[in-house]
Amino acid sequence: MTGSLTAILAVSFRADDLWVIATGALAASSCGVLGCFLLLRRLALLGDAISHAVLPGLALAFMLTGTRDAFPMLIGALVAALATAALCESLPRVARVTPDAAMGIVFSAFFALGVILIEYAARNVDLDPGCVLYGLIEFVPFDTVSVAGVEMPRAFATLAVIASVDLALVVLFYKELKLAAFDPALATAMGFSAGVIHYGLITAVAGTVVASFEAVGSILVITMLIAPGATAQLLTDKLSSMLVIAAAVGVASAGLGYWFSFELNTSTAGMMSVVAGSLFSLAVVFSPRHGVVARIARRVPLALRIEREDALGQLFRDRELGRATPVGALAYSRTRGRAARVLRRVALASLRRQGLIRRDPATDLCTLTAVGADMARGLVRGHRLWETYLAERMGLPADHVHEPSHEVEHFLTPQMQEEIRREVAADTDPHGRKIP
Amino acid sequence: MQDLLRLLTLQDANTRTVLLGTMLLGLVAGVVGSFAVLRRRALLGDALAHASLPGIAVAYFLVGDRSTPAFLAGALAFGLLGVGCVAFLRAFTRIRDDAAIGLVLSVFFGLGIVLSRIIQNRPTGNRAGLDGFILGKAASMVRADVFAIAGVAAVSLVLVALLYKELRMLCFDRDFARSIGRPVVVLDALLMGLLALVVVAALPAVGVVMAAAMLIIPPAAARFWADRLWLVLALAGVFGAAAAMLGTGLSAVLPGPGMGADGGGQSRGLPTGPLIILAASAVFIGSALFAPTRGVLAGVMRRGRTRRELASSGTGAVA
Repeated sequence: MTGSLTAILAVSFRADDLWVIATGALAASSCGVLGCFLLLRRLALLGDAISHAVLPGLALAFMLTGTRDAFPMLIGALVAALATAALCESLPRVARVTPDAAMGIVFSAFFALGVILIEYAARNVDLDPGCVLYGLIEFVPFDTVSVAGVEMPRAFATLAVIASVDLALVVLFYKELKLAAFDPALATAMGFSAGVIHYGLITAVAGTVVASFEAVGSILVITMLIAPGATAQLLTDKLSSMLVIAAAVGVASAGLGYWFSFELNTSTAGMMSVVAGSLFSLAVVFSPRHGVVARIARRVPLALRIEREDALGQLFRDRELGRATPVGALAYSRTRGRAARVLRRVALASLRRQGLIRRDPATDLCTLTAVGADMARGLVRGHRLWETYLAERMGLPADHVHEPSHEVEHFLTPQMQEEIRREVAADTDPHGRKIP
Repeated sequence: MQDLLRLLTLQDANTRTVLLGTMLLGLVAGVVGSFAVLRRRALLGDALAHASLPGIAVAYFLVGDRSTPAFLAGALAFGLLGVGCVAFLRAFTRIRDDAAIGLVLSVFFGLGIVLSRIIQNRPTGNRAGLDGFILGKAASMVRADVFAIAGVAAVSLVLVALLYKELRMLCFDRDFARSIGRPVVVLDALLMGLLALVVVAALPAVGVVMAAAMLIIPPAAARFWADRLWLVLALAGVFGAAAAMLGTGLSAVLPGPGMGADGGGQSRGLPTGPLIILAASAVFIGSALFAPTRGVLAGVMRRGRTRRELASSGTGAVA
């Protein structure tokens, strides 16, 4: 059965390619899912530190046992990872180092130690620092084991076990992990120790990092601990969908990365990492809710409306005082930035086009049209009503009411204005000007 | 033994060059790094170092040959681009600082690997020597490198001396500095530029993975001994230089593991970069344990004394 499946796939794709992609996808998605919890707990860099710091654990395990068996390596790396997490946490408390510096010190020192140990002791094995950094995913298919009659790469088998354990842990302890991620104090108060969950998570991360490591290298591990989760964070506000998206981003990065690296004849792990980074960049720009484009699209219309209304308000007040308003006074502001000035100019152009203001080409003075004056009156009325309300009901002094009213005026509907009108007694605002 | 003697008497011109280069580097990294650590920019330095790798590869594409000045210019440009990305993510997205640093660090590094592998797969690519930038290759330092490091060191130290007061204010009370009209944004950018310069100068010797450690570890160690900024700067410089001396010395003296992994074929010592970092770590551990008043042991003894005093005064009251 599986034999024929492989045969079918081999027609369109070499089985080796599929194994490489599958291995990368398993590593990327299990790192991605666990990485979500690290991200939410602001531990993103701990994943980075652990990926660097397991190196001496691997080297020591090799030196003590003399083999490259997965199990002693896993134990060695787990010990190193837990030591890293514990040191990063305790150094700032015990020895007055800032947390970021502590992390930098711990992982650099561990990494340097690992490089030296490997150079010194493990030289004739294919465990060199380079391989640890960018992995040997291209060679994954050459080292196979037979599981239940199916010949598969050893790295895939290891990762499949680790990924299943991760999945089981996340499903079983979903509620606990969720609570500990968003409110560790509440988690502890409710009786399951956030500390236990913390170190459980660290252990799971360390195990996954080690298993992924050998195949895909630390650089891909670090990317996959952060990039899929961060991408998902930009696309959703719900933890469960965040986990699913992170896993999907991991799989997509592995597949696309393999393809591109094949086309360009370059490092597969590096390319998977670059693809993950590119997917993240796409999310930064185009995410429907949190993306840069969406934020601009939401903000610019509002900012433009406020600029239009502020210009109308200025014209109305000038007219009230019997002052003429040169275009320059409307368009230019010494204190505001270039973006605001551009926006103001766009606002003035749209006001003119809609016939709300008029510009006399001879004198270069601006005036309100009848329609514009109506609109401006509503705005100034809202502004002064709010000032009066703040002064009468909230007891604010007269020199404190302008700023808040200047902001609120844009959001007061006629109905709200009427309600405020009924609440206040005075006919003039606290500065003594008439409420129109 | 003879090796040790040769080293200590600085008879070997090559060792002398490497020693001078790494010590200068340690000195300036310690001084500039002190501001980075105080300003909580330590890990941003790490992102900067990793992000510089693709710059080296791009420089190779542009120049077409191995050229250290071009490599370092490319590294500087991409390092600053990486820092810019972190700043952009912080300002315009909901991605937090730590995640942004980790992302930039790993993705840029991945890009660097991708580009350098493309170069290496070309017929002339082996001459590029890009792998040396990942873990560093202090032993291959030549006179020109030392001059470059000396130039960076001179510029950095002069700037630090001239702007000492401003930088101090920036690190300890940024809001106050702004309120009295100091250009804090410019100062921050300047500090970042200095960091970038030092990191890039450190790349050929200690590599992108560990360059930031040169900025972080000596100042963190110096902090245990001193509370005055100028003293921290001086000690960090001394610690950095001492660690560099120790690491370079050890790498020249310790028996190498035989054949080089880079196919050099000749016997060589242990890699210098990691040894420098380990020497600095040893200085840090020693400082953390044994420094008076701020050290861990001093704290333990202080608590013990207080406990005894409390206990004896307690019994005194009963009697």
